[in-house]
Amino acid sequence: MQAGTLSTFLKRGAIWGFIVLELIFFSVAGEFLSLSDKAFMDAGNMLLLLKQTAPLGIIAMGMTIIMINGNIDLSVGATFALCAIVLLDSLTWPIFAGLGDGVIPVAWALALLTGIALGALNGLIVWKTGVDAFIVTLGSMLGYRGLVFMYNGEQPTSHLNWTLVDFAEAQWLGLHTATWFLLFVTVAIWFLMNRTVHGRNAYAIGDNRTAAVNAGIRVGPHMMINFMIIGFLAALSAVVFYSESGSVNPNDGELYELWVITAVVLGGTKLTGGSGSIISTFGGVLAIQLLRKGLAHIGTNTETVNLVIGLILIAVLFLDRQLNLKGKEELKV
Amino acid sequence: MIDRAPVLRLEHIVKTFPGVRALDDVSLSVLPGEVHALMGENGAGKSTLMKVLGGIYQPDAGQIVVDEKPVVMASPLEAKARGIVFIHQELSLAGELTVAENIYLGELPRKRFGLVDWDTLYSRTDAILEKLKVGFDARTLVGSLSIANQQMVEIARALTVDARAVIFDEPTASLTDAEKVVLFDVIEDLKAHGVGIIYISHRMEEIFRITDRITVLRDGTHQGTVNTAETDEEAVTQLMIGRKLDLSRNVSHHEIGDVALEVRGLSCGHLFKDISFEVYRGEVVGFYGLVGAGRTEIAETLFGLRDPSDGKILLDGKEVRIASPAEAIARGISLVPEDRKGQGLILGMNCRDNITLPQIDDLKAGPFVDEGSEIAIFDKYRDRLDIRTPGWKQLVGNLSGGNQQKIVIGKWLAMHPSVLILDEPTRGIDVGSKSEIHNLIRELAAQGYAVIVISSEMPEVLHVSDRIIAMYCGRIMRTFTSDEVNEENLIQAISGIGTENGNSTA
Repeated sequence: MQAGTLSTFLKRGAIWGFIVLELIFFSVAGEFLSLSDKAFMDAGNMLLLLKQTAPLGIIAMGMTIIMINGNIDLSVGATFALCAIVLLDSLTWPIFAGLGDGVIPVAWALALLTGIALGALNGLIVWKTGVDAFIVTLGSMLGYRGLVFMYNGEQPTSHLNWTLVDFAEAQWLGLHTATWFLLFVTVAIWFLMNRTVHGRNAYAIGDNRTAAVNAGIRVGPHMMINFMIIGFLAALSAVVFYSESGSVNPNDGELYELWVITAVVLGGTKLTGGSGSIISTFGGVLAIQLLRKGLAHIGTNTETVNLVIGLILIAVLFLDRQLNLKGKEELKV
Repeated sequence: MIDRAPVLRLEHIVKTFPGVRALDDVSLSVLPGEVHALMGENGAGKSTLMKVLGGIYQPDAGQIVVDEKPVVMASPLEAKARGIVFIHQELSLAGELTVAENIYLGELPRKRFGLVDWDTLYSRTDAILEKLKVGFDARTLVGSLSIANQQMVEIARALTVDARAVIFDEPTASLTDAEKVVLFDVIEDLKAHGVGIIYISHRMEEIFRITDRITVLRDGTHQGTVNTAETDEEAVTQLMIGRKLDLSRNVSHHEIGDVALEVRGLSCGHLFKDISFEVYRGEVVGFYGLVGAGRTEIAETLFGLRDPSDGKILLDGKEVRIASPAEAIARGISLVPEDRKGQGLILGMNCRDNITLPQIDDLKAGPFVDEGSEIAIFDKYRDRLDIRTPGWKQLVGNLSGGNQQKIVIGKWLAMHPSVLILDEPTRGIDVGSKSEIHNLIRELAAQGYAVIVISSEMPEVLHVSDRIIAMYCGRIMRTFTSDEVNEENLIQAISGIGTENGNSTA
């Protein structure tokens, strides 16, 4: 066996082992603790779980490539809310009144373009000023959220388009529309990161920026493209979710950035960049959603759920660190 | 001079590392009030000896005697407690803290409840600074001081313990002439207080100006200790080299082509000034000098990592401006950097991806990377450079230093450059791979590449170069042809002895 294969396997496989553990635990515990008669692993329940995973999952794919690239994006929650407003509000704009249901693709496009533009702005600032992405997107998180509140004050923005609702609630081959979007995004991002020049260079920049520059890679444009992708995905997530719900509160999407980062980190992507896997991020979002749903299933109240997820995150990362220590000769820092 | 008991004696020290006898029966004694120079080429064992003294390495045999008492230096802390103080070449100060806080870092005077006793801290510090006659006070932020003054802070730190011996490691490497004078005054002052001083430097002029005795190491052995007043530069150089040109200089004779790279009056701030040279196709030009002589900075400028403040770069006779590595690569300049792991490789990536990194943009099949042609390129350079790896999937982080370096070289050969710059191409590489890389460098020249080799190892530059450019403090001191160079005149040129002869070429 090639050196490092076992530890790679442990790292890659760990999240799926964790998911299996969760399934077993909640199925067994559910037998004794659950108030409902339905089994936890009921097919309908699992399909619903996938659908509920979609909003965070779609953004998490973007966060994975941002983090592999060595950056972070804290503004995704605010971008999500702002794009949702653009979607719902543009459906009612008088200039599109003559389009009938033809307004739907126009509204979608507007929301997605907004996401791309907001991401591009983040990327451009990070590229041109050289300020750390953490700081830049901390600022834009506040700024974009400010725009959300400027738009409609504390009032929710609502519009229900029944054609859209039907589309969002549809099931094809058993899977909901949102699930299909998540799967499609996962596959597309996987190809992007594993088969294209952009993906290869993003890994290289995140792993060793100096060496990447020395190889003639232009770091800035790659970072900007990644920010545009995550902006687009935050918008796509909003579009998928709000097509169905039809109403956005100005506080919607708050803390999304943290949930998304939690899922990505749980999937094994390094905060320092250069390493991470799209498939494992998929596992990470599933694991978190399973945990929330499972804990609810066995009657845990909401406050406790967050506490448990927090503890598990730290425990998992501690375990990961122990597995990855190269040996006792490593510097104590 | 033997009328006083030495403050410090290292007796018959032996230290071996796997495969290397780094120190073989080395002895050194330092008298109170003496400045004792420790000299030798890179790799002669100076640092190893000092690490033994500092408690970082334990010797395999021999003993350390401080004030006539044999001691075991179990740790750096113990060395400090016994009054052995090191002033390192690389300063280790916290720039955002005051001078006083840096000096007493880790042992700040305290009041009740663990509060810092600022009054005592500042008054103690000012007392020390007064002794050193420096122009700043205890409350100054270290980050705002010049390098020389930061060195003074390190020295002040040394004075907080009752120093018996102070070791200076290349202290003048980053000092201006005026700053050196201040440093030498401090050393005189330490001498006057009976402190023993070990002074490590390559710079002959300084050695002869301030030291009392000189000990020379070569290949881990003690070559002799002489009184400075009774010797001269030539004799010391002879001791350091120990042999008269017993190295076969492997300058195979092949056709030298046209000028590939021409540099005229290139300057970059204080890093290097008025650099002019040219490199012909089929030629290896070696750059030799001390650390900090500006060689790496010239390479970085040619590769677009630094903007020159003055001067011209010409490729194939045409003046070019190189603003980024991407442009340098596009114009056919490649750089194998000094720090292989930090600057040259993506350690978390496999061998194939590292080799094709600069050119994957040209290896596309539709939207995706054409992995087939990537593997073909990897196979070609694995065979050509004899890279030993189980396969292209191996992460470069798991390869040996020699094979890692071959990956970096292979990466650039795959780009078919016209000018190849190698900065310390064999640093940290085992002997076998080293000679393979040397042969490769000669071979590349024979194939018509214009090659620049920067090295701090004299045998290496002598071995591979057709011409050698000797640098000292950011300037070209002399350009040697392979016929006129010898170890003696080369050492003298890079130590700042002799006349400036910047533009002479073969």
